[in-house]
Amino acid sequence: SRASRKRECRIMATVSVCQYHRGGFSFENCKRNALLEADINKLGFSSPAARKTGTTICGVVYKDGVVLGADTRATEGMVVADKNCSKIHYISPNVYCCGAGTAADTEMTTQIISSNLELHSLSTGRLPRVATANRMLKQMLFRYQGYIGAALVLGGVDCTGPHLYSIYPHGSTDKLPYVTMGSGSLAAMAVFEDRYRPNMEEEEAKRLVRDAIAAGIFNDLGSGSNIDLCVITKGKVDYLRPHDVANKKGVRTGNYRYKHGTTGVLAKTVTPLNLEVVEENVQTMDTS
Amino acid sequence: MMMSAQAYGDKGKMKEYHYTGPVEHKFSPYAFNGGTVLAVAGEDFALVASDTRLSEGYSIHSRDSPKCYKLTDTTVIGCSGFHGDCLTLTKIIEARLKMYKHSNNKNMTSGAIAAMLSTILYGRRFFPYYVYNIIGGLDEEGRGAVYSFDPVGSYQRDTYKAGGSASAMLQPLLDNQIGFKNMENVEQVPLSLEKAVQLVKDVFISAAERDVYTGDALKICIITKEGVREEIVPLRKD
Repeated sequence: SRASRKRECRIMATVSVCQYHRGGFSFENCKRNALLEADINKLGFSSPAARKTGTTICGVVYKDGVVLGADTRATEGMVVADKNCSKIHYISPNVYCCGAGTAADTEMTTQIISSNLELHSLSTGRLPRVATANRMLKQMLFRYQGYIGAALVLGGVDCTGPHLYSIYPHGSTDKLPYVTMGSGSLAAMAVFEDRYRPNMEEEEAKRLVRDAIAAGIFNDLGSGSNIDLCVITKGKVDYLRPHDVANKKGVRTGNYRYKHGTTGVLAKTVTPLNLEVVEENVQTMDTS
Repeated sequence: MMMSAQAYGDKGKMKEYHYTGPVEHKFSPYAFNGGTVLAVAGEDFALVASDTRLSEGYSIHSRDSPKCYKLTDTTVIGCSGFHGDCLTLTKIIEARLKMYKHSNNKNMTSGAIAAMLSTILYGRRFFPYYVYNIIGGLDEEGRGAVYSFDPVGSYQRDTYKAGGSASAMLQPLLDNQIGFKNMENVEQVPLSLEKAVQLVKDVFISAAERDVYTGDALKICIITKEGVREEIVPLRKD
């Protein structure tokens, strides 16, 4: 009948054209953002800043493999957002990657390449090579012309030996025996340039990387907290998180626990939920 | 097709690429050197505390540059912001204090120093001293007094105030612990000197956790009728 057809039309009008969302980046909001950027300061707000990691990351090639190091502070502007974030990302069982720059970019980029590398490895039937990960990362970053703010230190051991690369947001890479990236890279590189030797022993290499990251932590405001290390050799990976707790929180002398009733209770309703506990896991949070 | 927000101009149309000619980069007379200051007034005491880190950008200039300056036996001022202006301003205040002493044959009271600072700051209304000031001291009756300022001289007397880079983190905490705000059924005991010092130390420990500009060490100036006593406590160095 005509009445039901009218109802149909109204429903159709509210449902907008449904676009199939393909994976990857969506640039729909760019035009709107440009208009907002121009007006936002007049309204008195500031545009939201992407969380950057600040960061000191570095890597060194030694006798039996590579040692990667990173600090654990993530900043949003000049406020610490995460006091203990993990900057050494898994790429494959024999390849790890440290990331500096925009936190979301380093996380997502390394995950994408890790996933693609696993498929590639299954296809070749071989353990992935560091050079392959390097090639995949640089080709992706170049494709995005520097808009993905990921500065990486890629290291690992494969059938051809230990390798270390530094990868810049625009897609250039350098293959070197020792590299540093991030806001604390100058402090870390100063330590490397003083004490690096080729073919170091494992303990000396770990000490060198630890000291380089510590230089970044204490002298750069964008880096801080703990030192994470990742030692990769042929057949073994030591993911040391934390390797060194360089900064502990000061111990408070006062007691700041609130007694019951400090927050006024206006009304109270108790609804019991009859649940069956299937699985229980505990994740502690920092309540210091 | 690759698009980005940078390719669009004000009105949402694509910017035409053209060479604009040589660009002059403006010289800024100010720098931000970080640091946090805090002052608390009690019944018969006042505290002025500051961290000792001097920074610029992502670097540290000094780990031992306190921001509290002793003016008289009963007044201490804490200055944070642009270190150049902090130094000049404190020199000017000290000179003015001497002039007052020579003309009036007595030391300036806390309230008088506060009023004078307000006029000094407003005198530079159109090229301000980039300094956040907090004065802590004892008033003429011997009770604790805190005066907080903005860069151009607006001031008021407070019970407690935080200024500088971590001020937004500390002020709400002080509102709760000293002002007993947002709490019910709490016995509102007046703040003792020991509790105040303990609170200031704890509050700076928390500020050093989250603010990159705050850290290294904490210097507390304790003002009582006996004079000004100093306490230094280490903070995070990262």
